[in-house]
Amino acid sequence: MALTYGAAAQGDFSAFLRPGPDQSSTLDLLVKGARCAACLAKIEGQVAALSGVTNARLNLTTGKLSVRFGRQAGDPGAVIATLERLGYPTTLYDPAQAAAVQDREGKRLLMALAVAGFGAANAMMFSVPLWAGLFGQELGPATRTFMQWASGLIAAPCALYAGMPFFESAWRSVKAGRANMDVPISLGVILTLLISFQETLLRGRDAYFDAAVSLLFLLLIGRWLDHQLRARAQSAAADLLAMQAPAAAVLDATGAERRTPIGDVAVGDRVLVRPGERVPVDGVVASGCSELDNALLTGETAPQTVGPGLACRAGALNLSGALHLTATARAEDSAVAEIARLIEAGAQAKSRYVRLADRAAGIYVPVVHTAAALTFGLGWALGLGPREALLRAVAVLIITCPCALGLAVPAVQIAASSRLFRKGVLVKSGAALERLAEVDHVVFDKTGVLTLGRPQLIDPASGAVALAAPLARASSHPLARALAAACPGTEIAERVTETPGVGVEGWIGGRRARLGRADFVGAPVSTSGETELWFGFDGDVRVRLGFRDELRPDALETLNALRARGLSVEILSGDLAGPVAEIAKALGVAAWRAALTPADKAAAVDALRAQDRKVLMVGDGLNDTAALSKAHAAMAPGTALDASQNAADLVFSGDELGAVVTAIDVARAARRRALENFSFSALYNLVAAPAAMLGVINPFVAALAMSGSSLVVTLNALRMRRVGR
Amino acid sequence: MNIIFLLAPFSILLALTGLGAFWWTLRNGQYEDPVGDAERILMTDADESPGGV
Repeated sequence: MALTYGAAAQGDFSAFLRPGPDQSSTLDLLVKGARCAACLAKIEGQVAALSGVTNARLNLTTGKLSVRFGRQAGDPGAVIATLERLGYPTTLYDPAQAAAVQDREGKRLLMALAVAGFGAANAMMFSVPLWAGLFGQELGPATRTFMQWASGLIAAPCALYAGMPFFESAWRSVKAGRANMDVPISLGVILTLLISFQETLLRGRDAYFDAAVSLLFLLLIGRWLDHQLRARAQSAAADLLAMQAPAAAVLDATGAERRTPIGDVAVGDRVLVRPGERVPVDGVVASGCSELDNALLTGETAPQTVGPGLACRAGALNLSGALHLTATARAEDSAVAEIARLIEAGAQAKSRYVRLADRAAGIYVPVVHTAAALTFGLGWALGLGPREALLRAVAVLIITCPCALGLAVPAVQIAASSRLFRKGVLVKSGAALERLAEVDHVVFDKTGVLTLGRPQLIDPASGAVALAAPLARASSHPLARALAAACPGTEIAERVTETPGVGVEGWIGGRRARLGRADFVGAPVSTSGETELWFGFDGDVRVRLGFRDELRPDALETLNALRARGLSVEILSGDLAGPVAEIAKALGVAAWRAALTPADKAAAVDALRAQDRKVLMVGDGLNDTAALSKAHAAMAPGTALDASQNAADLVFSGDELGAVVTAIDVARAARRRALENFSFSALYNLVAAPAAMLGVINPFVAALAMSGSSLVVTLNALRMRRVGR
Repeated sequence: MNIIFLLAPFSILLALTGLGAFWWTLRNGQYEDPVGDAERILMTDADESPGGV
């Protein structure tokens, strides 16, 4: 839940400063919307020019701005105000979270990749003469042994360092009693090194040093690609976590304002919520009058009017007037935290999903190890001698090492997600794509997903619109803005006074006019539950202006496309039955339910899961997050609450719902490619493994076969780029 | 043929230098902000080392 600070950023932010050496301190902020060198220069220049700031550095990739204050105390509020003035929405990082955001694993993989590359290239340098020797070129035994030693002394340390990520993962999986793909890799690499040293010592012909390390090089490429995909999503998640602890404006006994992390707000604290901010904790209004937008919380489109004594829930958006709240629950106990616990439960269920590559490993590992053991046992029994039998068994392990398999899935998924990224869809993990491809039932939320999530005038041609527009332009209320947008270019009314949560009054062409709620304008209060505004000149007739949340332009087209792909569609909404039925009828959806609580939605998804349906949930509100995290796959629009984007596997930007169809198409194509790559690998092993058993594999053939098969799967993965074009 | 005893260690030394340089760039934070670094070269004022704060 992001807080926006509005124009005013006063108060004490000292809780967000991270102490550094020499009494300096650092403030971390997440800046949205910075994209180019001009933004970079503007932000860094203006922030660094503030008094007390010694350094400001913006990371354009992650959007994180680090501001260092010198010994004399700087003013974090001024930094935020400067960014707001420049037009970049800003959020504070909780210091504890900011320190944790560092990509150690990625750096380690990159270094392992570099070492493996170094080892492969240099070991290969000595292998080329060895290969030449295999083809009858002149190579004496002494020179051959020298080349083998040189190759081994370079390759072995490199292989041991670069292989650590695999060895560790293999060890963990063996301890857990399961064999993943890293077990045959680790066994293969270690056995290959040992046998090669033995052959070198015994003056043998076959040393596979270069094969061991180039195998690791190829596998690390796949591993790093997979990590990149996850890291992008993880840093997005970490950003969100850091932002879940934004500041609340707590007032002390003297009325001074102090910015406090939400977790530190105690029951009974006085909290100030300005218009445009979200309510930080559950509370009761102590003073002030306003309207709250609960759309992201419950899916209701009509704003809720609140005044002294009424309760409001964390996450609601304050629309018109400043509110003073008395906190009734701590952040952990609020409605938002309850939903967060549901999300956690869902995420745990999702982590039990077994990925495609691991499922392949489940079949592959026992087969290959049995084949290698048989080669050794049978070879010895049939009179090959233990040394030759062992050499052939190791050749089987090397040649069948899942090099292509390790690349097969990550390469496809990277290609698929960059394809989707260009279409405006952010994929958070490779597993998400795999799950999306299996989906057979799609559940939509109504508000903000099937609809645009903002009120539109039902009859913009009405004459009253032009009359009311001057008053509407004077207000920042969403309904007034929609009204003003329908009639651009009018002047603004004079002597305007706005009563928060009620309406605006002003003079248009010398006549006093009011725009607002029915009782404010003096019209009969209706009970239709529809979103409406009333307008009237003093002593004249009152006119009603109705508003409706319009469907996304391509909603029907999208739902038809989904049905054409054999997917069933359902609507689960927190809104009232009337508007939901209307939308469902317009879209031809027979299965819909209204007035659902967040727990109801999650239960509905659970029930579908119990029937063995693979559900894709598309939702944007806080009330959807639990369902999003429980669904087999989940998508959220870019306009969704941060918590929902966090719970979703894919986030699409733009107004087009068609992104859902594109994502499913690409995910299905990616699954096909991955399976193709698996079949290719299986075919390759079917030829290569018997060849290794018969002893026709030498180090040169091993090197060729491995890089060749990796190249084929990578090229096949690149075909992804053409899907959905 | 004896030249190989000089050339082989020399070539490895050369490659090790490259590996060391890569290690330095990694430690120095040169892969932390690829997008920002691409844009920074367009800024007129000279820039201090990457990683910054």
